[in-house]
Amino acid sequence: MTIGVYITYRILDIADLSVEGSIAMGAAIAANMIYSGMNPFAASCLALAGGMAAGLVTGLLHTKLKIPALLSGILTMIALYSVNLRIMGKANLSLLRMDTVYTPFEEMGLSHANSVTLFGFLCVMGVVGILYWFFGTEIGCAIRATGNNSQMARAQGINTNNMIILGLVISNGLVAFSGALICQSQSFADVQMGIGSIVIGLASVIIGEVLFGKKHFYTRLLSLVMGAITYRVIIALVLRMGMPANDLKMFTAITVAVALSLPVFRTYLQPFKKSIKGGM
Amino acid sequence: MLTINGIYKKFNIGTVNEKEALTNVSLTLEEGDFVTLIGGNGAGKSTLLNCVAGVHSVDQGSILIDSNDVTKLSEHRRAGSIGRVFQDPMMGTAANMGIEENLALAFRRGQNRSLKWGITHKEREHYKESLSQLGLGLEDRLSSKVGLLSGGQRQALTLLMATLVRPKILLLDEHTAALDPKTAEKVLHLSDKYIKEGNLTTMMVTHNMVNAIQYGNRLIMMHEGRIILDIRGEEKQKLTVEDLLKRFGKASGEVFANDRALLS
Repeated sequence: MTIGVYITYRILDIADLSVEGSIAMGAAIAANMIYSGMNPFAASCLALAGGMAAGLVTGLLHTKLKIPALLSGILTMIALYSVNLRIMGKANLSLLRMDTVYTPFEEMGLSHANSVTLFGFLCVMGVVGILYWFFGTEIGCAIRATGNNSQMARAQGINTNNMIILGLVISNGLVAFSGALICQSQSFADVQMGIGSIVIGLASVIIGEVLFGKKHFYTRLLSLVMGAITYRVIIALVLRMGMPANDLKMFTAITVAVALSLPVFRTYLQPFKKSIKGGM
Repeated sequence: MLTINGIYKKFNIGTVNEKEALTNVSLTLEEGDFVTLIGGNGAGKSTLLNCVAGVHSVDQGSILIDSNDVTKLSEHRRAGSIGRVFQDPMMGTAANMGIEENLALAFRRGQNRSLKWGITHKEREHYKESLSQLGLGLEDRLSSKVGLLSGGQRQALTLLMATLVRPKILLLDEHTAALDPKTAEKVLHLSDKYIKEGNLTTMMVTHNMVNAIQYGNRLIMMHEGRIILDIRGEEKQKLTVEDLLKRFGKASGEVFANDRALLS
């Protein structure tokens, strides 16, 4: 999920709020399909496709209808809330005693937690590998150039609108896929589960960048994964230290706000450092 | 090569800020023409360039490149035949990407991009060789981020990117205005070299009258959205700044009002 957020936020330079809807959408699709007896792997892939469609909608709203990116995301997110309710038929859906993507691993004798970790790890590695390849290709480079400097990209003959749409499609697809995996690991899908996910994603992106560097593209991708894990560890720690779970979103928001403003604080501190050095 | 047929361009139509930026501008450039474009602030020089590049659509008239009508083509569709360098050194390159990645993007200008690997080994050698011609030592820093380069280095790189695939038309929009005089001179020199070597059809906007006279084989002066002077060939070679100011006064009935141009 972090990687999906990363694509829009860092590569495309857009804070895409539609992920809040598409993570729940992925969960809703997967839950409903599994509930009606579909193979869980196929259901997860369908969730991926659903997320991509959501990304396409945001992309079209933004590029063709010229609605600001933030608002396009919000519109898609709100619309998806209804869509998700339609898909599931009710506000939440339980998957207890259903076959999930983790079942084959559990049958091999692994515990539920271990099989979630193992399959999650495999998926993450697969996604990192594919994205590393993709953003090295001609189209991938064009997407990166679009996010970096769209005027330059157009001057080099890149159709920036199509690149923005493509980026949103990929990121929302990934987010929906992760939504599908999450709902299967907790045997539960809920229309509310997407709330705050953009902030969690951003928190992971920033923690990863601060702690694990962003020098090369592959270290960046890996740092995202590490950032997401670190974020979860931090959350688990503060919960164990006795922070009420209700305050969690507040804590996350503060973390992200502080992390995002770090560069500003640094520039404030710069003159002091210089004057100290000058004084000596 | 480039034919501009009576184009009009108005901004902010229907508001109090309505401004006619181009009024019935017609211009024909032959293959290999190097035109310097000069004029006061708001004369329409940059607007003209942007209309050719497709950043702005024109209200009336047509633009032809090599007798292909490009008037209705969007910016990125025209890019295959147009190389551009901007006034702002930040504009022409992608700062978060490496030097070689930027060059690779430029190398594929006008082609369809596929899922092939973004840079091949063979290209890399080609880039190294081209970069070494800039004489800035960039050939050893292929994977450095462009954001780390100075303004002059970035403009030189943008120039190289604009000419890496031979453009039918090269558009230089005050591309040295943001540089210090020494670097500006260097970049201008480099531009002149590329234009001569490739026999490139070029339009260069400048605020510097001396440069406008010194470079190119044709000088065009604009005023209030119209072309008021078009000097070429031998006449251009004999031109001095005083001549130019006098002729501007005669053509427009005003005193040339551009502090930047007069001071430089």
